[in-house]
Amino acid sequence: MTAEQGVIYRVAGPVVTAIGISPRMYDVVHVGNEQLMGEVIKIVGDKTIIQVYEETSGIKPGEPVTNTGEPLVVELGPGLLTSVYDGIQRPLPVLRDMMGDFIFRGATAPGLDREADWEFVPVAKVGDEIFAGQVLGTVQEGPMEHKIMVPPSIAKGKIEKIADNGTYKVDDVIAVINGVDITMIQKWPVRNARPVAEKLFPDVPLITGLRVLDTMFPIAKGGAAAIPGAFGTGKTVTQQSLAKFSNADIVVYIGCGERGNEMTEVLTEFPELSDPRTGESLMKRTVLIANTSNMPVAAREASIYTGMTIAEYFRDMGYDVALMADSTSRWAEAMREISSRLEEMPGEEGYPAYLAGRLSEFYERACRARTFDGSEGSVTVIGAVSPAGGDLSEPVTQNTLRIVRVFWALDTSLRERRHFPTINWLTSYTMYGNELGKWFTANVHDDFVDNRVWAMKILQRESELQEIVQMVGSDSLPEEQKMTLEVARMIREIFLQQNAYHDIDCFCPLERQYVMLSLIRKYSDLADKAIANGVAVDRIAYLPVRTRFNQAKYEANIDDELVAVAKDMEQQFKELGV
Amino acid sequence: MAKVTKEYKTISQIAGPLIFVKNTEPVGYEEMVSVRLSDGSQRRGQVLDSSDDIVVVQLFEGTTGVDLSASVRFLGESMKMPVSKDMLGRVFSGAGEPIDGGAAIVPEKELDIEGAAINPWARDNPSDFIETGISTIDGMNTLVRGQKLPIFSAAGLPHNDIALQIARQAKVTGEDEEFAVVFIAMGITNEERQTFMHEFERTGALERAVVFLNLADDPAVERIVTPRLGLTTAEYLAFELGMQVLVIMTDMTNYCEALRQVSAAREEVPGRRGYPGYMYTNLAMLYERAGRIKDTKGSITQIPILSMPGDDITHPIPDLSGYITEGQIVLSRELHRNGIYPPVNVSSSLSRLMNAGIGKGKTREDHKAVSDQLYAAYAEGKDLRGLVAIVGKDSLSDKDRKFLDFADLFEDRIVRQGHDEDRSIVETLNIAWDILTELDMDQLTRIDRKYIDKYLPKK
Repeated sequence: MTAEQGVIYRVAGPVVTAIGISPRMYDVVHVGNEQLMGEVIKIVGDKTIIQVYEETSGIKPGEPVTNTGEPLVVELGPGLLTSVYDGIQRPLPVLRDMMGDFIFRGATAPGLDREADWEFVPVAKVGDEIFAGQVLGTVQEGPMEHKIMVPPSIAKGKIEKIADNGTYKVDDVIAVINGVDITMIQKWPVRNARPVAEKLFPDVPLITGLRVLDTMFPIAKGGAAAIPGAFGTGKTVTQQSLAKFSNADIVVYIGCGERGNEMTEVLTEFPELSDPRTGESLMKRTVLIANTSNMPVAAREASIYTGMTIAEYFRDMGYDVALMADSTSRWAEAMREISSRLEEMPGEEGYPAYLAGRLSEFYERACRARTFDGSEGSVTVIGAVSPAGGDLSEPVTQNTLRIVRVFWALDTSLRERRHFPTINWLTSYTMYGNELGKWFTANVHDDFVDNRVWAMKILQRESELQEIVQMVGSDSLPEEQKMTLEVARMIREIFLQQNAYHDIDCFCPLERQYVMLSLIRKYSDLADKAIANGVAVDRIAYLPVRTRFNQAKYEANIDDELVAVAKDMEQQFKELGV
Repeated sequence: MAKVTKEYKTISQIAGPLIFVKNTEPVGYEEMVSVRLSDGSQRRGQVLDSSDDIVVVQLFEGTTGVDLSASVRFLGESMKMPVSKDMLGRVFSGAGEPIDGGAAIVPEKELDIEGAAINPWARDNPSDFIETGISTIDGMNTLVRGQKLPIFSAAGLPHNDIALQIARQAKVTGEDEEFAVVFIAMGITNEERQTFMHEFERTGALERAVVFLNLADDPAVERIVTPRLGLTTAEYLAFELGMQVLVIMTDMTNYCEALRQVSAAREEVPGRRGYPGYMYTNLAMLYERAGRIKDTKGSITQIPILSMPGDDITHPIPDLSGYITEGQIVLSRELHRNGIYPPVNVSSSLSRLMNAGIGKGKTREDHKAVSDQLYAAYAEGKDLRGLVAIVGKDSLSDKDRKFLDFADLFEDRIVRQGHDEDRSIVETLNIAWDILTELDMDQLTRIDRKYIDKYLPKK
């Protein structure tokens, strides 16, 4: 398509109106003398309304506008991992080399490094009948095998040429199919979901190493979870813990309209931490999209789609991808901001009426799927939500909850008592409980689910008893109810609380989660017997083993320590006559 | 600057702080504007919306006295701030003019006041402790270089005293570090101005400070510019001269009111409580100017102060601020009534970057564990207060009574301190250990055994 020229008619913030072009919706246009990138978001008669991804200050009516006739795309191929991009896939390290420490407008750089060398190993051979999504060859990218696939634009064909083993750059031709040159770069329009052969039911858990999540509220690979919480409740800390320790193959982390310093934290920490499974630096499995709150708002709107498309690309290779979106509320606000500049009729709280539609389109891109190549991959989406005033009835939270099946509610009052992670065990839920229960029973222990049910019951009982205690004090409770409160306290302090910054405690394998909860349950059983024998709760609650149990999760030899706790426990209860 | 530009006498509408000009040549978005009134006086403004048909200009000094015959000149560039090292020790108006009677500033540079976003890749991790000498901040909600940590206050609380105490006492470790304070006042009263200036002069803090004063009776629109002038100055001092700059901005609530006023005048679709939908982004453009840059010596640390309308922390101003800043220091009316200064409500306060700035080699190895323990024990004690009100102290268990007493002790020894009391972090931690002796050993669940053995005073 030939580039079409027009002129600017009006500039108001990130929204520019142009005349003299006739583009399609969501075509990319270049605006002004500096040819800033923008996207068509509305067409009214001969006027085209464009959201511009960069600052528009100084831009004047009458400056030129060029229509590219193409939608917004991302480049997919070797070099994505370890990259740090802004919302429209401009590599931030390259921008820094070009413009220094601050981001000024007008710079462009391709998403994939054209100079990097990759060792291509062909899998397919000349004459093979192939179809879209099939693997042509592989490239080793850090610890990951990056599969070079037939682009979706070629439905079927025959390989006429394929490159030999050797070093290539991303834009070198590595195969010819139906007369079309194939390079290692695929381009995909970000607003469209990449196709899969078949969507599968998610019944394998994403293991996170966080006790409250894995044991109490697990999420399936390919599922979607929302983490809403007022500021300061630890959305970002939780997201980062998941990015660090979950057993995904690839992590795409989108910092959407959030703090610059948080991105820095990820950038400093991740390269130093190692993946618990491969031993390689965490950064090597991570793609980071950083569009901080002070970067252009239209690029913030795009960042979510950019990240999702990259995640889908790795899913298509048969990998399990975890996508962290922090925060979807900032994304919704970007939509609101642009919508209000367009003077659209506002919906609830000024958000555009299409908010619910956009949110469901996004979350529906999460799935576990069979790829065209026959392997299985997944994109698990974990979206932080920042409800205004911590009020969960606001539109972004509510529209999100209608779609996702896992809800991890963060709680300000838990934060105030420094109970971390601040996931409220009474209000959170997962709807994957049954499906995943089978997996836990088969892969961890028969009692795994039973333990969870038991613990939830105690915690529920605690909240009921607390109401009574608030009125009459704990002294007037019968002994066994006092003990219930003590056991609930143990579940909260030993099991649910977890220190994301502690070397040992930050990650807890499933087997250990099971042992810890079983030990608390055992304590409870022994205590019940002791009470039945007439032992006072105060004596049971102050057994020395409790201090040791409390400390155990911070010890380097934690698993031995837990065995010792079990032994001490039996011994000390024996002394109480049990 | 002295570009010859056309004068237009084509104002078609005036509304609030906005004027609408038609039949102009193409004008750049956010370009500076000069308006000459019929009496010969000048006003400055900025383009908010530019199209072939009409240009909307926001006047910084308001539109009082402006009529349709006023003439408008477009200056062809965005707003710039002349900066120089000589600004230290000087006082400026909210529009950036010197108001201390001193000489005009000879600029070393002219910088765009909107600034530019720091490339996240270029940011350095904030991890250096700033000692404010206030226990509730240093010990419990530690401030680090490059952080933005607001004070959430409310009408009638002593946030200004705390701001001054921090401005006076704040210090960074490191011998050859140059420290500066940029003090940005927005919409403060004349009395507050006098207090601030008197205190700055009395304590000699002015020497290392640059002060910007936008007063309550100055035009509201100017308030939108004042923090940008201050932050541009701070960026110059920090990233070009390598100084450690602490920016104190008070009161952000007045700033947000000004935003709302302008937004309403532009007839924009309002968001929550009439504040514009872009207020989050707008605040972020200020707050995100805090930070450190790799391979650069300086830093900008921000302490914005805001008063929560109706003591409501869910109000859009504290709410949006809390989502952008790295924590918050919340002041409590209850503590204030009980005569405790500074009335910091540590339970709802938080410093997100604290962990990076404390510990061995920075403050002390036991810092994190001690503060976690203080938090937990204090929360427990506070819960019990509610209970005691109903059932009386007698029905508490022995353990509970200790927690109850601990909460009082905590407020009295850790929270309370004098206006001029500059406590070092070691003093703060030692007081903490001292009051922890009041609890039973096995209640100290947050502290590693080795620290208990090392630091807990023997009774």
